[in-house]
Amino acid sequence: MTDIGFVRSHLEESRPAPHRTSGPLAWMQKNLFASPLDTGLTILGLLFLLWVVPPLFNFFIGHAVFPGGTVEDCRALNAGACWAYIYSEIEFFIYGFYDIDQLWRPNLVFLLGALLLIPLAIPKAPYKGLNAVLFLVVYPIVSYYLLAGGVFGLRVITTEKWGGLLVTLILSVIGITLSFPLGVILALGRQSQMPVIKTLCVAFIELIRAVPLITILFMASIMLPLFMPQGTTVDKFLRALVGVTLFTSAYMAEVVRGGLQAIPRGQYEAAAALGLNYWQRMFFIILPQALKHVIPGIVNSAIALFKDTSLVYIVGMKDLLEAVKTKNDSALEWQSSNTSTTGYIFAAMVFWAFCFGMSRYSIFMERRLNTGHKR
Amino acid sequence: MQKALVSIAIAASLGLGATAAHAAILDDVKAKGYVQCGVTGGVAGFSAPDSNNVWTGIEVDYCRALAAAIFDDADAVRFTSLTSQERFTALSSGEIDVLSRTTTWTMSRDTQLGISFVGTMFYDGQGFMVRKADGIESALDLSGAAICIESGTTTELNAADYFAANNMEFNSVVFVDQDEVVKAYEDGRCDVYTTDSSALAAERSKFANPDEHIILPEIISKEPLGPVVRAGDTQWFNIGRWTYFALLEAEELGVTQSNVDEMLGSDNPAIKRLLGVEGEFGTPLGLTNDWAYRIIKHVGNYGESYDRNVGPDTPIGLERGLNALWTKGGIQYAPPIR
Amino acid sequence: MTTLDTGRNDAPRVSFFNDPVIRGIIYQVVVAVILVTFIAWIIQNTAANLAAQNKTTGFDFLWRTAGFDIGFSLLPWSRASFYWEAFLVGILNTLLVAVIGIFFSTILGFTLGIARLSSNFIVSSLATVYIETIRNIPLLLQLFFWYFAVLKAMPAVRDSFTLPFDSFINQRGIYVPRPIPDAQFGWVWVGLLLAIIGVFALRHWARKRLEATGQRFPVFLTSVALLFGVTAAVWLISGASVTFDVPELQRFNFRGGVQLPPEFVALAFGLTIYTASFIAETVRAGILSVNRGQTEAAQSLGLKDSDRLRLVIVPQAMRVIVPPLTSQYLNLTKNSSLGAAIGYAELVNVFSGTALNQTGRAIECIAMTMAVYLTLSLLTSAIMNWYNARVRLVER
Repeated sequence: MTDIGFVRSHLEESRPAPHRTSGPLAWMQKNLFASPLDTGLTILGLLFLLWVVPPLFNFFIGHAVFPGGTVEDCRALNAGACWAYIYSEIEFFIYGFYDIDQLWRPNLVFLLGALLLIPLAIPKAPYKGLNAVLFLVVYPIVSYYLLAGGVFGLRVITTEKWGGLLVTLILSVIGITLSFPLGVILALGRQSQMPVIKTLCVAFIELIRAVPLITILFMASIMLPLFMPQGTTVDKFLRALVGVTLFTSAYMAEVVRGGLQAIPRGQYEAAAALGLNYWQRMFFIILPQALKHVIPGIVNSAIALFKDTSLVYIVGMKDLLEAVKTKNDSALEWQSSNTSTTGYIFAAMVFWAFCFGMSRYSIFMERRLNTGHKR
Repeated sequence: MQKALVSIAIAASLGLGATAAHAAILDDVKAKGYVQCGVTGGVAGFSAPDSNNVWTGIEVDYCRALAAAIFDDADAVRFTSLTSQERFTALSSGEIDVLSRTTTWTMSRDTQLGISFVGTMFYDGQGFMVRKADGIESALDLSGAAICIESGTTTELNAADYFAANNMEFNSVVFVDQDEVVKAYEDGRCDVYTTDSSALAAERSKFANPDEHIILPEIISKEPLGPVVRAGDTQWFNIGRWTYFALLEAEELGVTQSNVDEMLGSDNPAIKRLLGVEGEFGTPLGLTNDWAYRIIKHVGNYGESYDRNVGPDTPIGLERGLNALWTKGGIQYAPPIR
Repeated sequence: MTTLDTGRNDAPRVSFFNDPVIRGIIYQVVVAVILVTFIAWIIQNTAANLAAQNKTTGFDFLWRTAGFDIGFSLLPWSRASFYWEAFLVGILNTLLVAVIGIFFSTILGFTLGIARLSSNFIVSSLATVYIETIRNIPLLLQLFFWYFAVLKAMPAVRDSFTLPFDSFINQRGIYVPRPIPDAQFGWVWVGLLLAIIGVFALRHWARKRLEATGQRFPVFLTSVALLFGVTAAVWLISGASVTFDVPELQRFNFRGGVQLPPEFVALAFGLTIYTASFIAETVRAGILSVNRGQTEAAQSLGLKDSDRLRLVIVPQAMRVIVPPLTSQYLNLTKNSSLGAAIGYAELVNVFSGTALNQTGRAIECIAMTMAVYLTLSLLTSAIMNWYNARVRLVER
């Protein structure tokens, strides 16, 4: 063939390793001091941290009053967070007005929920189908009768007495479980060929998405009684639940619609060519692919619902935030300048923990389910 | 599909309770075994959960008296805490049987909302609370002040009327929730906090330093607070009204929770009639003849309830004033039981 | 066999019930009948309930005197104003806080979104911590926190912080002087308007020239000069002057000037902080969505850095950013209804709260409130659809 112009006759000396491509110093050079601007930003950032972190540390831990402390400690001049207050009122924050001698009932509900949810969330755990049925169908019924009582000699405890984190969790678990299928149905309805159904779904979705949740809750609490036949009453708890669920389902529907639109037409056609009917096409071919695409959106809606449960105070219910506010104002024996701040921070930390957990789990699932669509 | 059915079943069992539209309320209440009573979210002395989370207060006592008269059990009552915005719908829709929630009796409410006030449990009037340090002595000094008010109340209108009538200006800060009103005043957002003067006293008692705040002498409105029932059911209205009168009558006759059993042997015909020893006064109401005995036995008389919840020995510390019996210079007056 | 000659198949014969078209019609009729029955049932119940409660309905109450006070209003308001004026005041207050919130949350959100992508570890970590914290805490809780934090942090009226230009900050809000333009000042507005028209003309001309000759013209600097120059010149020539209504301490509060109450400040601040964390995520996703090849291609075309960003990267990123960004703006507007909880006189507070309670017209008040939000939302959607159609990738 052609001449080869140059053939190396001896090995090149191996060059020294590049100067600091690994190790903490190199990392710092690359990530902190890459350019003068970067250096400036780093210094500013460090100054900011120096300014913010020590007072925060002192407030949360250093000067904080932990359980065992007294209200006098909380009233001290430079006292930090008054965790002792949270500790002493924790029962109200978690259970609200629930009868104190019956607290084992909500505790059992929490425990059952955790026992069912954890295996459901771990991808490798067996018996997924059975587990899902237990969690989504059996568990709500059992929990309802456990909490409300009236069977097996359990004392009746009306929903008016439920409160605190219990209400927040019930509202969000049931709300998420119900709004998801409702959202899927609405999204399918919006894509429907039938004009009546399509119009109905579009109108519902757009109307709900256009107005603030607060007005929907107002409607549920003030107007719903007017819409029902005279003498019909709907439990307050149920009204709030319906309001929150309908609201979230409209958002879920839009998320799911995004997923449906991302499925290539070929999938619809191929499924139809196999002779599957509409529901078979949707449940076996389209939805599994579409939902996988929109997991982050679905989880975001779930997180939004979890946060939105704090608005049920509009209809006079005591969720976690409202329970904290109630005690902030009425726990006279704990009055100090940091009491209510501590209460708010406690509520914020609880909300944050749940929401952050959900969002991390969604990222984990997204990676796991990401089966070969990478290009 | 199965899931949908189950969820409907859950929804149904959670509380879609239908009661026949025109059945007597008393029959309904007897059938369910308790009185559903609408109260505030927490106004100390009137209706608020105590440290054991048991509802207490003068308005709560009224509901308990009602339950005692019907069931001989002061605990056969369930409480629904309502915001001021939803209280009337809750009553007219049948969610609650009686509303006992610092509600002012006004003509438009009585005639236009399909509800009836049974009486005036508490004669109140709107007042102003200010910080002592501001050195204000009269409400007429308040021109230009910032005022914290709860939304959806007669208070909001009275304040505007009062300032307009006296040619003064003010700046209102309106919250939907009573808690925020108080907190904003306490934190210095407003110079003045205005509401019914009894509630002012109740809130003042909760402040870290109650002595730093004073309640101005002016009372700018009439606020007769009373229990309310749905209009159209005379029997239920009469039960509500006479439960209230029985509380008053017992005080006037000196029948108290502790001496009611001895009083059964009293020779006073009025006491005999009240306690059902003589005459038939309970059965025409649809109750038993010892209905008033039950009330006093379980709850006590009006004066006892007053002293226990809002009287001078409580942190709220309200003198009887207008709420004393007519025999003692007040205007609380019950028609005779005969 | 003969049927094959026709070249097309007749629709397969199926039983009447299995025909998809007929089936679809049956489904729809059933749904429509159920829906109509349901609505009729609700209307009938409502009418029966209203009759039983002896309530009147209708919108005549809008022309009645309101009789209550509104703490913060952009329109003149007194207790003798009508209910429809209360409605307007509510709408304007909602829009005011929404516009301010949108403005600041956009700035903060873009900054944070870019910061989170920064190669500087500290900057990106700080942005991440901010976003992950704020996003996961309910807005209502944050609003309570900020409102009462703001109240506690501010001095009492008599100890107000004095700022330059006769401005004050205290627990009752921020007070700044109110400018009162005189009659001549109208000319200044006219001048400003002319300058703006001039800027547009200049841009048009500069682009034409660029396309024709390839020569650039410093449009931005000239525009700024034009705006300020013309306006200032007209101001001087017309002799217009502005006096100031300065806030003065009275017995309780400052009077005069413009007052921004703490409810407004806390609400705008809370909405900004909260929405910015969502906008930041939107911006980050938008920037990441632009393929790296686009940058390289632009560089190989010889575009300079600023042109590369302006003409290649930003337009593509914006196509991804704008739709979710708009929905964040809408969310912010809807979330402003939480101002009712901290006493800001926005639409829900004024109209679904006070007006509803004083009139008892629940259906009318809530319907009107919802209609306002619905209109805002539909308007935004319409604009968005137009924008999407304009920037859509035209493929093949």
